[in-house]
Amino acid sequence: MAYKIIGKDLTPPDIEAKVTGKAKYAEDFRADGMVFLKLLASPMPHAKVKNIDLSKARKVPGFVGVLTADELKQPKDAGHAILTNDPAFVGQPILAIAAESEQAAAEAIEAVEIELEPLPFVIDPLDSLKPNGPNAINGGNVANRRGVKFQEIKWSGKDFALAGDDQLPQGQVPIDWSYGDLEAKFKESVLVLEEAFVSSANAHHALEPRSAAAYWENGKVHVWGSTQSSSFAVPSLAKYIGVKPSEVVMVSEFCGGGFGGKGYAYPVMAIPAFMSKKLGGRPVMMRMSRAEEFYNGSARAGFQGSVKIGFGADGRVKALDAFVVQDNGPTGGFWDFQNFGDASSIVFQPEAMRYRGIPVLTNTPPKGPQRGPGENQTANVLEPLMDKAARKLGIDPLALRLMNSPGGGGAGVKIGAKQAPVTSAYLREALEQGAKAFNYAERKKNSGKRVGSKIRAVGIGQAYHSAGGAGFDGLVRITPDGILHIHTGVGNLGTYSYMDTSRVAAEVLGYDWSRCVIERGGTKANMPWNLGQFGSNTSFTMTRTNFAAGTACKELLLEIGSMVMGGTSDNYQIADEKIVAKTGGKSITFAEAAQKAIELGGKFSGQEVDEELNPMTKASAKALAGTGLVAAAKDKQPKKGVVPGLAAAFIEIELDAETGRVDIIDYLGIPDVGTVLHPKGLAAQVRGAAVMGFGLAALERYVYDPEYGRPNIRGLYQAKPPSYLDVPAFMQSVYVEGATDPQNPVGAKGVGEPIQGAASSAYLSAITEALGGHTFNRVPVVADMIINHLNGLAPSHKPLQVNCQ
Amino acid sequence: MSWNSETPETLDAGMVMPPDPANDFGPEPATVEIAGNVVGEPESWRPPTLARRTFLRGVVCSGVVIASSGYLFSSQPANASAKSTDRLITLSINGKKHRLNVPSNETLAHTLRYRLGLTGTKLGCNRAECGACTVIIGDVTEYSCSTLTSRMQGKEIRTIEGIAQNGKLHPVQQAFIDELGPQCGFCTPGQVMSAVNLLEMNANPSVDEVRLAMSGNLCRCGAYEHYLNGVMKVVRGA
Repeated sequence: MAYKIIGKDLTPPDIEAKVTGKAKYAEDFRADGMVFLKLLASPMPHAKVKNIDLSKARKVPGFVGVLTADELKQPKDAGHAILTNDPAFVGQPILAIAAESEQAAAEAIEAVEIELEPLPFVIDPLDSLKPNGPNAINGGNVANRRGVKFQEIKWSGKDFALAGDDQLPQGQVPIDWSYGDLEAKFKESVLVLEEAFVSSANAHHALEPRSAAAYWENGKVHVWGSTQSSSFAVPSLAKYIGVKPSEVVMVSEFCGGGFGGKGYAYPVMAIPAFMSKKLGGRPVMMRMSRAEEFYNGSARAGFQGSVKIGFGADGRVKALDAFVVQDNGPTGGFWDFQNFGDASSIVFQPEAMRYRGIPVLTNTPPKGPQRGPGENQTANVLEPLMDKAARKLGIDPLALRLMNSPGGGGAGVKIGAKQAPVTSAYLREALEQGAKAFNYAERKKNSGKRVGSKIRAVGIGQAYHSAGGAGFDGLVRITPDGILHIHTGVGNLGTYSYMDTSRVAAEVLGYDWSRCVIERGGTKANMPWNLGQFGSNTSFTMTRTNFAAGTACKELLLEIGSMVMGGTSDNYQIADEKIVAKTGGKSITFAEAAQKAIELGGKFSGQEVDEELNPMTKASAKALAGTGLVAAAKDKQPKKGVVPGLAAAFIEIELDAETGRVDIIDYLGIPDVGTVLHPKGLAAQVRGAAVMGFGLAALERYVYDPEYGRPNIRGLYQAKPPSYLDVPAFMQSVYVEGATDPQNPVGAKGVGEPIQGAASSAYLSAITEALGGHTFNRVPVVADMIINHLNGLAPSHKPLQVNCQ
Repeated sequence: MSWNSETPETLDAGMVMPPDPANDFGPEPATVEIAGNVVGEPESWRPPTLARRTFLRGVVCSGVVIASSGYLFSSQPANASAKSTDRLITLSINGKKHRLNVPSNETLAHTLRYRLGLTGTKLGCNRAECGACTVIIGDVTEYSCSTLTSRMQGKEIRTIEGIAQNGKLHPVQQAFIDELGPQCGFCTPGQVMSAVNLLEMNANPSVDEVRLAMSGNLCRCGAYEHYLNGVMKVVRGA
């Protein structure tokens, strides 16, 4: 399909503001009379506030106001409270103070005299599962936002004794599903691997800390916040503040990184709104520090697990039995651990499978989705095991993966407990095309060879994340000057998906891109209700909404054409921003049609809209009514099956056996995205995801001091996200040719997450290759692990120890 | 799902719904009883290292760094008085003079962002770890978050706002646009400053020299290669 706009490299309208410093983020908000708010954060992982004495704080010059937990209507999930007297993690905000300057606010915080009673805390989930182990919060130790009620589960002493030190005890779990005949398939297998594993938690550490500002005016609260999504963030923000979504004016034109941690609103975003309300609507700025961003910014869930995989002689995965204990943080958390089941089922298509999982509460930062939550941890655990299996079976690691990988467009591919179908899949093709582009066969010849202290090795990675939704709304408008305004609720987290999905409306209408304006950035843009920018979904979901809106607009244009020039809509077509008679040559411009639409009103100009639209979309259409031809439409196209984002990656490394240092010689990422919307944008994502993947696999740490339960990685220099010098200068980014998703009008699906898991798992796969098939079963793999292994020394951690590296 | 009645049922396995504060589990507040591992007294919760604010407070009073273990809940505040002394200073920013009264412990980043309306310089860490606050002072890139404004008398300071001249983008800025350097854009001002300064010092750097020169600018989005391509584009085009 030859597109005019889709598939071209366009200059995003907001990029100049980024290079000139004109782009405004949440902390750039300024207003007369603005006060500054600072938080008092819990120094203890689990505590009870016994007494707060504010007398000295109030006397600090510049003090303006204080907000305590009792003054707020708290969410029922106390571990995720906005402010709390029962902190459940180090850094949880207890109270807030506003003052005329940030320095004064900080002075006042220091002048607060607070008495805290320390309580038992949990850093290691297994500790909490022990018969007399502590609970992270009072009353229970197990919960998860998806399908696991708050409860207490303790395993028996026998469970622990049977497992010993290096195997995962496997007690009672709340999630347990299976398909196929597991026992029979294991019997059929010629090779069975059974390994315990640990995958570390990981802080998002987006570069922009989640500062926020708020003021009240005319009964509405105005909030400047940092969020990945625009329309999707509004209802959650409203709920935290305790108002209706229509009473919130959210401003979020730029978001300095989210990676899942800012997918929608979060508790601290509401604090300035509460303080402002208390101060009579006065503007309040809450600048978040890096440490506060670490505490409140969520983190990827850690895993302690065990997996048993049965292989046929040809490398086919016959049986897979997975058991995952998740470090859930102190709140409802996220369902990473459940995604282990989905990811392993789709990538390897096991003939029989069992999945068991248990989310355990801990007193560490609340866990939230991070790029490929669960799926990328899964890839990091399983891909090196595939290399190990390939060696033991005497087959090529690529051949083993090709034996199992879903492809051919997705027919017959299944996913998850219910073995649901998928809309498309080309992972096999990604491996084949990627191997060719990377010259895998040539490089493999030297893989594992040692020259001096250097060992070269080639690795392969794969990953999955669901990548599409349906049923959301689009909204476009042609003003009397003939300009197309594409209203979008897609946030601006740095992927430019707001532009790449909006272009579909322009494509449908045959518009010149230079005559299109994207209206975005928050409530004032009059947004349609869009799904949020997470879960790799945007490129699928909002191409559908823009297709729907563009199509609805086209129908209205044709109808107006027939009303002006006679006949019916069927007598006309659109071309060059005109409505043209199919025979006879009569035409009117889109500009004239827009003027006519205003005259006609009703369904032509936003006064009457589809009842099925979301209230947000209806309100936006109403606000725009009478300004031109207004077309609001719901994506009612059917959607059956899971939309799978899939990616493969190839890497060549050089491992130094003496220092444990790993240098990346070359990298190639190849996602299955169907139709490519924005080539340069895709390349930026593939490379950026690889950088983050290498960090996840090897560089980034998550360490808690077990005695006091305090984190040692609040700062960037400790957590250590990768810098220019940690990654190769140049990385190859390609994509599967000939792929398309039939359930998307332009054949596209999203990609942001599996490209990270493919990179991190490829890296780990290469290390396994370099080390003759040895798997650490622990992520991140750091230099001392490599050195200890090569020198036959014991690792510096216990097998299932967590938060220690 | 109680979030929004319009929420479609067609969300996939991985679809994220925000936590519903009204419905998520609600444990009772913690009781007084302590069981299991008992931790130390509140005293032990002080971090062993020097708090940054205490350091800055020390700068105010005597111009000498006072080592102190004073901390959040200390009943013995550090010797330094909480009040800072203001300094009258003339700053030269992007060629313009600004006469200001600033506390002697105020950082240049804070002055730029909060007193002069120059919000292009960003705060990513406020600790000299990330480079988002990079400015050029004289002919050297510095982290403005760790530079005291009161020491800037007589220095020529350039920020991101001063890079484009008369509405015309600097070649580095244009190249970053062409190569799609910025993703979220938060590190971008710092990247521009480092690249501009590098090319003023060395108009023909190698790829590795560029990576080294810009290694003080972290990019969590991982856009390094695109920034690198932008700089090399200017190098080759020049």
